[in-house]
Amino acid sequence: MRYWDEHMECMDRSTLQEIQLKRLIETVKRVYTSVPYYRNKMQKLGLIPEDIKDLNDLQKLPFTTKQDLRDNYPYGLFAVPLSEIVRIHASSGTTGKPTVVGYTKHDIGIWSEVMARTLVAAGADKHSFVQIAYGYGLFTGGLGVHYGAERIGASVIPISSGNTKRQIQLMVDFGTTLLACTPSYALYLAETMEEMGVDKSQLKLKSGVFRAEPWSENMRKEIESKLNIKAYDIYGLSEIIGPGVAYECEYQCGMHINEDHFLPEIINPETGEVLGEGEYGELVFTTITKEGLPLIRYRTRDITALHYEKCRCGRTFVRMEKVIGRTDDMIIIRGVNVFPSQIESVLLELGEVEPHYQLIVDRVNNLDVLEVLVEVSERMFSDEVKKLEQLEKKITKAIEDTLGISVKVRLVEPKTIERSEGKAKRVIDRRKI
Amino acid sequence: MYVKQISVFLENKSGRLAEVTSVLGKHEIDISALSIADTTDFGILRLIVNKPDLALQVLKENGFTVSATDVIAIAVEDKPGGLAKVLDILYKNDIGIEYMYAFVGKVADEALVILKVENAEEAVNILKENGVKILSADEVYSL
Ligand SMILES: [Zn+2]
Repeated sequence: MRYWDEHMECMDRSTLQEIQLKRLIETVKRVYTSVPYYRNKMQKLGLIPEDIKDLNDLQKLPFTTKQDLRDNYPYGLFAVPLSEIVRIHASSGTTGKPTVVGYTKHDIGIWSEVMARTLVAAGADKHSFVQIAYGYGLFTGGLGVHYGAERIGASVIPISSGNTKRQIQLMVDFGTTLLACTPSYALYLAETMEEMGVDKSQLKLKSGVFRAEPWSENMRKEIESKLNIKAYDIYGLSEIIGPGVAYECEYQCGMHINEDHFLPEIINPETGEVLGEGEYGELVFTTITKEGLPLIRYRTRDITALHYEKCRCGRTFVRMEKVIGRTDDMIIIRGVNVFPSQIESVLLELGEVEPHYQLIVDRVNNLDVLEVLVEVSERMFSDEVKKLEQLEKKITKAIEDTLGISVKVRLVEPKTIERSEGKAKRVIDRRKI
Repeated sequence: MYVKQISVFLENKSGRLAEVTSVLGKHEIDISALSIADTTDFGILRLIVNKPDLALQVLKENGFTVSATDVIAIAVEDKPGGLAKVLDILYKNDIGIEYMYAFVGKVADEALVILKVENAEEAVNILKENGVKILSADEVYSL
């Protein structure tokens, strides 16, 4: 079984767009009539639901931000009477109030459906044993995967997070075939297995779906070789539904967005202007089937790009690239968006396990200049000037190839990059504009 | 046959060299030869000391990026053309020199030179065959 819902996942785009438009119009009508917040916002813009006639009209609608959710804490943006809400989840709320999301019975059904697609794309079927080591509770990870696994009829092992040795014991005893957890926890499981003397050959594990934190291609390779599985990236955020917003197929070339439920856009985070295919910008979602908490043009703060050409797997859903950063730490240099994480992945690919680097932006003769400081580790160091200069050139070239702008790389001594609470300050912007 | 050289990564900013020598001084480590190779951004300090293992450890503890490399210490006649003779031997045998520097002090009428070459083993054999005096690590550390 390659698809959970071949009809939807492989539908031709024009038919898909008809469905999207119909659902968008319904959603806009619904929020206009039942969420005063949205009605006010639209009225201020002089908009009525009837103004939404085709998919491009989406751009006329106002954005929704995390702050809007906080301002309407807890239930202000819900579009149904609270009696119809069957589940409440909330984000951790590290800064200020948590973000509250509510689901109707129908919403839970959608969530199960998109997660079922996700798990099937990752190789699961009704014969699978799915071990869910994401936390259960207010966090959407655990229960989201749980409902998807139940929907396809797999055997669910709802172990939640923690208790690592027991996780491994049950993985062996119960014959777990698919693991769901954070990528760093997958690596921790692999290390603990080694310590316990459990060999990967004792496992029946075939694949895993990993998320809830950023991870690199290198990390994917490490997980795949250490656990002898195929590691799939998935994407989701509780505001939109939880895990299952987008999912990787066996070709691992970007995550297919469940576009029949969530309409994606990429915008320039500075201007709000909608960007074209392949351009990096902020990912924005409009939910078009959700009842409890429909969101219009919700700004995720995640930076990625979309690709529409048909995937080799046969799915027609648009693919989003791995998130390369957050709008919070984006810098614009000579008109190009640059993220510290891009530099980080270049250094990781050059073999630096835990790269320490810093970006210094300055303006010289009205031109932005970017200097990248890289702390020289023992692994990189050589007693020969020639080799260090080669290394400097190699890093420079790799960064320039990635960013598409020229940079000046400077090797610096360890611990020269200022750290606060153990974390390095990644960007120093000295431009006076 | 090899002498252990300590190499330290230094940014080109004032006071860093003094910090290295003060760390070594505090641990009573004697420097017998020293050279700095630098570019506009950074430098590599190369040291021959009497206690290389201890030097490596204490410099690391003080946050420096350090490595140890095997180099060759040779004695050449301290008169015009003394070094040229040795370099000529290496050149004729196709042995490339990565870098070289002289000792701070010297013994009697010999000048002591540190060499880092591409193929150390081969270089040592050729130098020996040609009667060049190679110093052992113990000899160098006790200078
Ligand atoms: Zn695909």
